[in-house]
Amino acid sequence: MKIEKVLLEHGSGGKASHGLITDMILPPFVNPILSQLHDGAIFDIDGKRLAFSTDSYVVDPIFFPGGNIGDLAINGTVNDLAMCGANPLYLSVGFVIEEGFPLTDLEKILQSMRFATKEAGVKIVTGDTKVVPRGSADKIFINTSGIGLIPDHVNIAGHLARPGDKIILTGSIADHGIAVLTQREGMTFGSAISSDTAPLNRMVKSMLSVCKDIHVLRDPTRGGIGTALNEIAGKSEIGIEIYEETIPIGDQVAGICELLGLDPLYVANEGKLLAFVGPDHAEEVLATVRDDEFGKEAVIIGHAVAENPGKVFMKTRIGGTRIVDMLTGEQLPRIC
Amino acid sequence: MTIKHLEEYRDPGISRKILARIKKNSQKKIRLMEVCGTHTMSVFRNGIRGILPDTISLLSGPGCPVCVTTQNEIDAFIALSRVDNVIVTTFGDLLRIPGTASSLQKERANGRDIRVVYSTFDALDVARKNPEKKTVFLGVGFETTAPTVAASIIAAKEMHLENYYVFSAHKLMPPAMNALMEADDFEIDGFLLPGHVSVIIGLKAFLSFFGKYRVPSVIAGFEPADILQAISMLVDQLESGRARLENGYQRAVTFDGNKEAERIMHGVFETVDATWRGMGAIPKSGLKIRTAFAPFDAQKVFDISVPDSEEPAGCLCGEILRGIKTPHECPLYKEVCTPTDPVGPCMVSSEGTCAAYYKFSGP
Repeated sequence: MKIEKVLLEHGSGGKASHGLITDMILPPFVNPILSQLHDGAIFDIDGKRLAFSTDSYVVDPIFFPGGNIGDLAINGTVNDLAMCGANPLYLSVGFVIEEGFPLTDLEKILQSMRFATKEAGVKIVTGDTKVVPRGSADKIFINTSGIGLIPDHVNIAGHLARPGDKIILTGSIADHGIAVLTQREGMTFGSAISSDTAPLNRMVKSMLSVCKDIHVLRDPTRGGIGTALNEIAGKSEIGIEIYEETIPIGDQVAGICELLGLDPLYVANEGKLLAFVGPDHAEEVLATVRDDEFGKEAVIIGHAVAENPGKVFMKTRIGGTRIVDMLTGEQLPRIC
Repeated sequence: MTIKHLEEYRDPGISRKILARIKKNSQKKIRLMEVCGTHTMSVFRNGIRGILPDTISLLSGPGCPVCVTTQNEIDAFIALSRVDNVIVTTFGDLLRIPGTASSLQKERANGRDIRVVYSTFDALDVARKNPEKKTVFLGVGFETTAPTVAASIIAAKEMHLENYYVFSAHKLMPPAMNALMEADDFEIDGFLLPGHVSVIIGLKAFLSFFGKYRVPSVIAGFEPADILQAISMLVDQLESGRARLENGYQRAVTFDGNKEAERIMHGVFETVDATWRGMGAIPKSGLKIRTAFAPFDAQKVFDISVPDSEEPAGCLCGEILRGIKTPHECPLYKEVCTPTDPVGPCMVSSEGTCAAYYKFSGP
């Protein structure tokens, strides 16, 4: 069946999104920088290496345990820049606001954004505000773009993972996606699950200060670690093996995934990263991550291999093996 | 039941012990069927096929509700979504199932009001909040979900909610198992009986099936240790030449089942003959809304008639649902039929055999 319209699935971060981007959105603009398809673009200006990234936030609901659309929009772009190995510096902000939106809510969002910029050490230096008639947008949408400087010795990109690299995950998975989902659906399961939204640029800075042998950094947002690992395996032409029993997940989050039939490997995170590190330096980097306030539960979840390029395998707890494929369909729409 | 408690059934140590027992005892080549789609998923997610000895083949059965929903029913759902002033509510699995010319997902992109809900009570809520519209819930599922759908109809009646309807395409598991056994080409040595269905209908519901066919049958839970335990029980039966009906999921399933849930289900629905995708008409295998609840019956209230449709050419969903063929034997599998562009429902539903093969054994 031919598809003639955009489906929600096209925004899932999985196979359909990938298809839409590579088949339709990239071709008119194709150039070597864009074709990297990294979290941000990396390029040189006058001998300085810059990272430049943009992201739009349409999360529903706009307020959720652990954060709101405002700090999410700041942290998201800060993290996209950090995943390029950059020190994030300046951000732009664009608001699309629906007629009738309460000013008190806007104030709350702005205050969180102010706090988030402070925490990440970045400045908002330009912006834009549009108001659309009621019904033309859902409450508020925010776009942020940002630039950052990449230190000289740093060379990080999705295609640079090598066989032997250890894979560090900085904490429990699926917190953000489940926090937003339970809030949206009005589900109450004992205490609320909080989003993990957090700026990761300081953590990345300390990691890079102890080790030059970091090849790939990725924040597994939409599509979760399952999608992020698949993308890295594809770009780096390596195979990936992970171990189910090493992957941290909160009891409540695991329980809700179980109830709703969601695979937590594909549920979004907003304050975690995956790092591919040379095997000799993995323990050192892991220790550094664990010293950071957002990396206390960091673990090594697997490693890169030369066999089966482009594929991700998981050793299950009972000793079986399964493939972790790219996500098909929409697991959870509008989580960021 | 807490998650901590569930963790015990995922304990690698326990699973390894059961596996060692299976390996020690399994001599004969046997073909076992896991009837339920959730079992299929768990088998794949835990990599169980790969750790079983070569003597044991696991085949997937017809226990994926979306997969056994006929093309005609899917077409009717789509037609319903096009009726003015209608909100269609459904569990997410149905969205991407291709009908003859469209899918609910495409209809939604065309502006039809189709909403994914997590329970029938969310659907009731949609009806309550949209009094000017007609809210229809698509009732697809087995004995597991039928009682909550029945309860939503009773609740709607008590609330005098006059804009809530159910399209019942529910199906019943034991009659389908009889139909499997009656087919000439069916060769299965033992069954892992569905756990969730059995929570409702109890072990008793399989007595007549077992009495008639005397095939080794064990009710199984869904954690790795549960599934391995049920396989081990089937191996023991088959090696010793005895056939028994056993309960391998005693922490959740009783002999009688959940009597209250059954009472509600049978109070609202009556048993009728039904057509299963790939299996054809099976006597007394479907649930229709009783006349007393006719105002809530979408099939009576809305004049939906769709032309008879044929299942897509080449699609082996039927044989796959009956455990006669595996996805690898289907000419469409991976060639034209993929999760991104599915031909048959077995490739769409998360519990579908083809989707599970594709997702977990790689493209």
